[in-house]
Amino acid sequence: MQGMNEFKPKIVAFCCNWCSYAGADLAGTNRLNYPADVKIIRVPCSCRVNPLFILRAFQRGADGVILCGCHPGDCHYTTGNYYARRRMTLLFSMLDYLGIEKERTRVEWVSAAEGAKFAATMNDFVATVTKLGENKRLEDLRCKQQ
Amino acid sequence: MQAAMISRAKELLQGGQVQRVLGWKTGEFVYDITPAVFQSVEELEAEFVYNDFCGNNLSKYLIKESRQPGKVLVFLKPCDTYSFNQLVKEHRILRDNVYVIGVPCEGKTDGETLKAAGVRGILGLQAQGDRFLVETLYGSQELEKAQALPERCQNCKSKKHVAYDELMGEEGQVLQSGRFDMVEKLEAMTPDERFNFWRGELSRCIRCNACRNVCPACSCEKCVFDNDNSGVAQKAAANSFEENMFHIIRAFHVAGRCTDCGECSRVCPQNIPLHLLNRKFIKDIDTFYGDYQAGEDTESRAPLTNYTEGDVEPSIVYQRGGN
Repeated sequence: MQGMNEFKPKIVAFCCNWCSYAGADLAGTNRLNYPADVKIIRVPCSCRVNPLFILRAFQRGADGVILCGCHPGDCHYTTGNYYARRRMTLLFSMLDYLGIEKERTRVEWVSAAEGAKFAATMNDFVATVTKLGENKRLEDLRCKQQ
Repeated sequence: MQAAMISRAKELLQGGQVQRVLGWKTGEFVYDITPAVFQSVEELEAEFVYNDFCGNNLSKYLIKESRQPGKVLVFLKPCDTYSFNQLVKEHRILRDNVYVIGVPCEGKTDGETLKAAGVRGILGLQAQGDRFLVETLYGSQELEKAQALPERCQNCKSKKHVAYDELMGEEGQVLQSGRFDMVEKLEAMTPDERFNFWRGELSRCIRCNACRNVCPACSCEKCVFDNDNSGVAQKAAANSFEENMFHIIRAFHVAGRCTDCGECSRVCPQNIPLHLLNRKFIKDIDTFYGDYQAGEDTESRAPLTNYTEGDVEPSIVYQRGGN
């Protein structure tokens, strides 16, 4: 029963279908370890992710949200991740402006061949969010389990 | 100016060049100005006003007005022309159905600002150089413009009309203003201070949607906050998350399209400085993607529908400053 009170963050990872989701798959087939607290949501492209998705993930109890997509220039739809990059830069800057811990959000480019990078990224992100603790500033108490 | 505007509008109306006039009229109180459409010369003469309370941005009304039969004449102040351009660019206003007369503006005040400056029982207002002479129930009172103008006019970004068919008065210049000073001040705070500042402001929000309804950039046919299937449509915000979410998303939806006309802050019944959210996006866009003023022209691509290969990575947010 070790670590009953230990804080385990809930992480939502939006992964693009073409690169990062395949990268996560590769991490699995290579038997690389990354925390089970990471919940992957597959999206067609990183630019499918609307700022609302990120806020709603926090509302529903996520402590950290990470967006993974193809490397800039490698987008399956040619330019999707360039738009996502601009949007997320502005959104994260705004969250920081409102005093919400900026380390809770992240964007990483992970290709289908980078299983090791996927695992390393997730380990690092989970460690960062664990250090930050529970998401208090964007929480919705109605969505918390009693 | 008002007399000249009425006589020009009469000319155009009688000559048949335009069928309607979009302008301002006085509401219940003298400082309570409301946008109005005038169909006849008699209506114009009886009700049309243009004074130092006419802060309302008329551009948004043109979305509907330019789709009615006939041509509409509209009077636009310099900052309204930016919103106008932006809406033309987004094909929301049918440019051919609008006749724009640019009118000069020396800063518009409103009842709230005067009340905050300690004036009660306002009956009239006259501008004299950099002072306002306010006539009240309790005698007349003199006020410095610096004290009696809302923040958006003190930090006026431009006295230049960027779109017009005809201009009344003299053309002004784009100004250097200190409109990002407060944003910089907030950025220099610690995250805790910023969080507390915004909690203090946003927790007053009553979700009346006035900011959205007045915003020229918020012109979607169906707003995400009205869509019952979106999961975020609701009346009053239930908790701090919903207050934050509404304002973050609203500011984000107009990012790169907001011309910083300041109408959101003017209409907010709770005096939330909403322009500070929009200005943060404008400032970030300027820093990251090069200077951009929405509405300056009708051709350029908006920053969020554009990209370059060498754009900054989102991780720049972590690297900035110690805070």
